[in-house]
Amino acid sequence: MYVTKLRKYAYLISLLLILPGLVSLFIQGLNLGIDFTGGSLIHVQFEKPVKMEQIRNVLGQYEIDRGVPIQQAGNNEYIIRTPILTEQQSSQLVQGFRDHLGNLDVLRIDEVGAVIGKELTNKALMAIGIACVLMLIYITIRFEFKFGVGAVVALLQNVVIVVGVFSLFQWEVDSTFIAALLTILGYSINDTIVVFDRIRENLKLRRREPYDVIVDKSVLQTVNRSINTVLTVVFCLGALLLLGGATLKYFVLAMLIGIVVGCFSSIFIASPIWYDLKIREN
Amino acid sequence: MERVNATSLVKMIAVVLAVALLAGFSYNPLKERIKLGLDLKGGLHVVMEAQEKEGREVTPDTIQKSIGILRQRVDELGVEEPIIQGEGNTRIIVELPGVDNPEAAADVIGQTAELEFKDENGNVILSGKNLKEARAELDPAGNEPQVSLEFDKEGAEIFKDFSAANIGKVLGIYLDDRMISNPTIREVIPNGMARISGGFETLKEAEETAVLLRSGALPVSLSIEEKRTVGPTLGSDSLAKSLKAGIIGIIMILVFMIGYYRVPGTVAAVSLILYACIVLWTMVLLKATLTLPGIAGFILSIGMAVDANIIIYERIKDELRHGKTLKAAIESGFNRAFWTIFDANVTTLIAAGVLMFFGTGPIKGFAVTLSIGIIASMFTAITFTRWVLKMVSDLFKKTELYVA
Repeated sequence: MYVTKLRKYAYLISLLLILPGLVSLFIQGLNLGIDFTGGSLIHVQFEKPVKMEQIRNVLGQYEIDRGVPIQQAGNNEYIIRTPILTEQQSSQLVQGFRDHLGNLDVLRIDEVGAVIGKELTNKALMAIGIACVLMLIYITIRFEFKFGVGAVVALLQNVVIVVGVFSLFQWEVDSTFIAALLTILGYSINDTIVVFDRIRENLKLRRREPYDVIVDKSVLQTVNRSINTVLTVVFCLGALLLLGGATLKYFVLAMLIGIVVGCFSSIFIASPIWYDLKIREN
Repeated sequence: MERVNATSLVKMIAVVLAVALLAGFSYNPLKERIKLGLDLKGGLHVVMEAQEKEGREVTPDTIQKSIGILRQRVDELGVEEPIIQGEGNTRIIVELPGVDNPEAAADVIGQTAELEFKDENGNVILSGKNLKEARAELDPAGNEPQVSLEFDKEGAEIFKDFSAANIGKVLGIYLDDRMISNPTIREVIPNGMARISGGFETLKEAEETAVLLRSGALPVSLSIEEKRTVGPTLGSDSLAKSLKAGIIGIIMILVFMIGYYRVPGTVAAVSLILYACIVLWTMVLLKATLTLPGIAGFILSIGMAVDANIIIYERIKDELRHGKTLKAAIESGFNRAFWTIFDANVTTLIAAGVLMFFGTGPIKGFAVTLSIGIIASMFTAITFTRWVLKMVSDLFKKTELYVA
């Protein structure tokens, strides 16, 4: 493995992965769910086949914007997102669906106030910030500060790419997305630490060898493990994605992207950054 | 095959059998005893915010009282294991798992508390608006617990007139249309003071009623800030689907481990099953709640448990390549892998810890499951796997079986 020689290309690839998402983030932002914006979500399953247009007609009758996002979630299953409805309004609406479109099963009704949504956004940013700082501190104690920088830069890259992909495809972002992001942080750092650990060890064993040789050797020694570990996780997440049902879909998707990207960054980004910082020492 | 060490073989079979039995016998009790979150069981989650009204501040005391009134309502619903707790200074969270009709439950909880005094014909004489104070006390004469009530000026006037005209009749005291007490009027009550007595067995009971009366009289209204209801169909559907996905994911991991790492891979497969039992039983013992993201966290943590094994095996392979004997390679493989696994897992625990601190509901469930998983995986990898692998190395001595 010549990760140190290839590092310029790796940085370039990383940049290419980040840019489209970043541009999209500035232009169209994220498709924030009601967890962030506040609003109501009604998830129903009709007994008989129902067309989306029919649902919109009923919405119109109850003076709800006909253009609100409606997502088909399975067999006659629909998820309708509206501005916040009162208790009365939502039960009237459900009754309206019953009257016009036949019997149905209410699978889920969520109502989130705008205040709660705003808090979640703040909490999310704070959680990611705090997690990064704590990891940086831990790595500085156990390794050295420069390793911490390499790890955190690689982590932030993962987060930005995942957020970017969600912006690009306008997939809905809800509170579980934050959990997914933090798991990606935790998981990719796990990956990175294993490589760093090997560098730390090789630094002790081979004091005469230059840093690039040590980095390349360490990455080579751990690459099997990196790939095998990611593979096993991809098995699990793949099964969850295919069989786990609609509620978990985007949660799993976020983790899947993050973990694959995380594997790339822990091999090609984290250690080379440490190397770049290290050769500038003298 | 070489001559096989008989004791090791017996031990080995015993271990595999023990793990298999543990898994088999755990299945049903785990299924019954593990606490499922709202998203898997169906139910209601409400966050309510106390609204300030002129003259009456929202204080920890008013929040406590509101929680009291909510608890009475929830008990009326007959919900098992409800959670009613304050959050911050002005919020109350109510969680009712397994309610058949979460929307209806939300209706009841969302109601405004109403204390009412009614005559025999059900006409409302006085309402909680006029109640100034309610206190539990022991009747000095009979040592009987009772609740003393004090009305404001307007209330006292109404009460005086009504009691004068209705001596000997009953006065029904209702909270949210449910009769709490039905005392008989014994004399004219001139000063707005009244007692509810005879209905309480303990002072505590009287206190509870007093708390409810006081909070019923409070002009603090609770507005619903967040409400999530999951119907039982969706809950059980999510549970079934994610379990199926989990089982398939685990089988794929086991097949991969055995195929790629052969003998140690098989050992890992056995220890993974033990690992799964440990995590789930720990959840039962800690009374932790399994949520839908929690299942994802559990499955993910299996991936991380595998990782600990993979790190160890790659180390052992290294050591074998350096020409060490099998036993020595296993020993130093474990020793060298320990700190790697430790550092890697602590950093992941940091992320899970932050999530536990900031998250609520399903997300907190995810963080808890992931944390338990990480700790359990470290434990099984460096104790059980190590022990079994040493035993196995007595049985299968060819190093080719350990190097893929």
